[in-house]
Amino acid sequence: MSSLNYIFKRLLMMVPTFFLVMVIIFLLVRMLPGDPAIAMAGDRASDADIQAIRERLGLTEPMLVQFWLFLSNTVQGDLGRSILMRTDVMDVIVDRLPVTVFLTVYSVILSLLIAGPLAFVAALNRGRWPDAVIRTIFQIGLSMPVFYIGLVLLTFLAAQLRLFPVGGYGDTFSEKLYHLFLPSVTVALYTSAIIMRNLRSAIIEVLDAEYVQFARAKGLPSRLILGRHVLRNALISTVTLLGLSIGNLMSGTLVTETVFAVPGMGRLMLEAIFARDYPLIQGLTLTFAVLVSFVFLMTDVFQSRLDPRMRLQ
Amino acid sequence: MSDMTFTNSQPSFFRMALRKPGLVAGLLIIGFSILLAVFPGAFAPYDPNTIDYNAIRQPPSWAHPFGTDLLGRDSLSRVIWAYQVNMQMAVFGTVFALVTGVIIGALVGYYRGIADLIFGRIVDAVITFPFLVLVIAMVAVLGPGLVNMYIAISVVYWVYYARLMRAEVIAQMGNDYAAAGVVMGYSDRRIIFRHLLPNAITPVIVYWMTDMALVILLGSSLGYLGLGAQPPQAEWGVLIAEGRNFISTAWWLSLMPGLAIVLTGLGFSLLGDGLADLLRPRG
Repeated sequence: MSSLNYIFKRLLMMVPTFFLVMVIIFLLVRMLPGDPAIAMAGDRASDADIQAIRERLGLTEPMLVQFWLFLSNTVQGDLGRSILMRTDVMDVIVDRLPVTVFLTVYSVILSLLIAGPLAFVAALNRGRWPDAVIRTIFQIGLSMPVFYIGLVLLTFLAAQLRLFPVGGYGDTFSEKLYHLFLPSVTVALYTSAIIMRNLRSAIIEVLDAEYVQFARAKGLPSRLILGRHVLRNALISTVTLLGLSIGNLMSGTLVTETVFAVPGMGRLMLEAIFARDYPLIQGLTLTFAVLVSFVFLMTDVFQSRLDPRMRLQ
Repeated sequence: MSDMTFTNSQPSFFRMALRKPGLVAGLLIIGFSILLAVFPGAFAPYDPNTIDYNAIRQPPSWAHPFGTDLLGRDSLSRVIWAYQVNMQMAVFGTVFALVTGVIIGALVGYYRGIADLIFGRIVDAVITFPFLVLVIAMVAVLGPGLVNMYIAISVVYWVYYARLMRAEVIAQMGNDYAAAGVVMGYSDRRIIFRHLLPNAITPVIVYWMTDMALVILLGSSLGYLGLGAQPPQAEWGVLIAEGRNFISTAWWLSLMPGLAIVLTGLGFSLLGDGLADLLRPRG
């Protein structure tokens, strides 16, 4: 099957999924007690504002019509107006999205840099003390809430030693790298614990595989075996795992953005929640879902390119 | 059954501790955590809510091993009383999702068909949301607080249990005993709940242990963000948030409750890993 064909089929599969995603987001605000229009307009809205929202959402119409309106508004890029920011939800999200994407990509790179080498050390020393030490440290890392890791790093590296800024988001690329270093490390420490665990067993599995033993028997140098067979297979399973963990990663960035006052979508989500800004909550929830499913798609495509077995399924 | 011989292979606790140190450590940590959660009063040196304006933000000492907080309350006692709330999370945050997920997963896995197709799409849709985003969006609608947090977590989380259960039931159906049940004319209910379920439940139980650790992390995160347990209730996330603004002068306020989270989380994951090891011996 050609790649394009595969991507097309995969996109088609996303249609029913996204339909359900929209149903969930639609029902979310309908769970509110009372009139959603009043809730969505906020406390200080005038009667005219409330009436405008009522019409836009078709609140006097039956549920199905309301859902259709919600669906068609969203598809046209109309996510409503934010009470908190006093502009269109779409504009606010477009403004904040790059920050969260930057933070997420940065965290992924850092977690690979942390987990990759250590997983190799652990796997090659299987059962000996370096393995035990590395696994114990990561086991503890997995039990730490992200906000706690962030708080500890913030206190000691930023506030006490003044090595890093305590918050914010720079203007230039290098400033961003500097400002977002600690937040990214925070997310990466947690993510790398998940990756390390999986990567270690993937490497061990490949090391024990017959084709690697065959390569060894042929007398290939271990550098070549590690590079060609072990690394390639370990990479496939890591990318898959990273793709599947993207939801976790995003949850982590949400918390981290709050701890480090990074102006991304996660922090905005919390601000929206405390301000009871329902159009913004809906818009952000949808954007997070779009991001995650985009990553799922990329993972599948990447996997099918790297691992020919996948294309057959 | 009659020709089965039982050999006395029950290892002593000591021998098991040598062979499975992780499992035993997990059991000890969680056992002690349950004790603290059930009888906090017996372990806490002070009342967790007694305010003492003469002892505000005192560093750790013999009288107050974890120091005192901004109202002069004993931090150790507050961390201990928080066990009640946080261990309760591990139960109420998982058990409804577990029961619903197991039943739905078993039914969908057994009957397949249209229900399975719909279920597949629901799973796809739910995992498309970052877990925390969906949970806090629901808490936002329902209002902050522990009960609403449990509702939100359960509404989302049953899907994960059901997915696991479904896969396991389908795998079990390939075995002869399942076909034998059908041939013998047993009712579907009997086959599903008496035969398939007990055989398929093991991975779910193992997952449950890990999940309890995750829910404690999640619950304390929500507490920290102000969406879970509400102050003045002692809950680890809330305690960390209370100490947040004094972290450079009174570090013990945030550091100590965090250690409780780490220890409990570690206990559950050691228990989960140990059980997985014990129940599914692999070559």
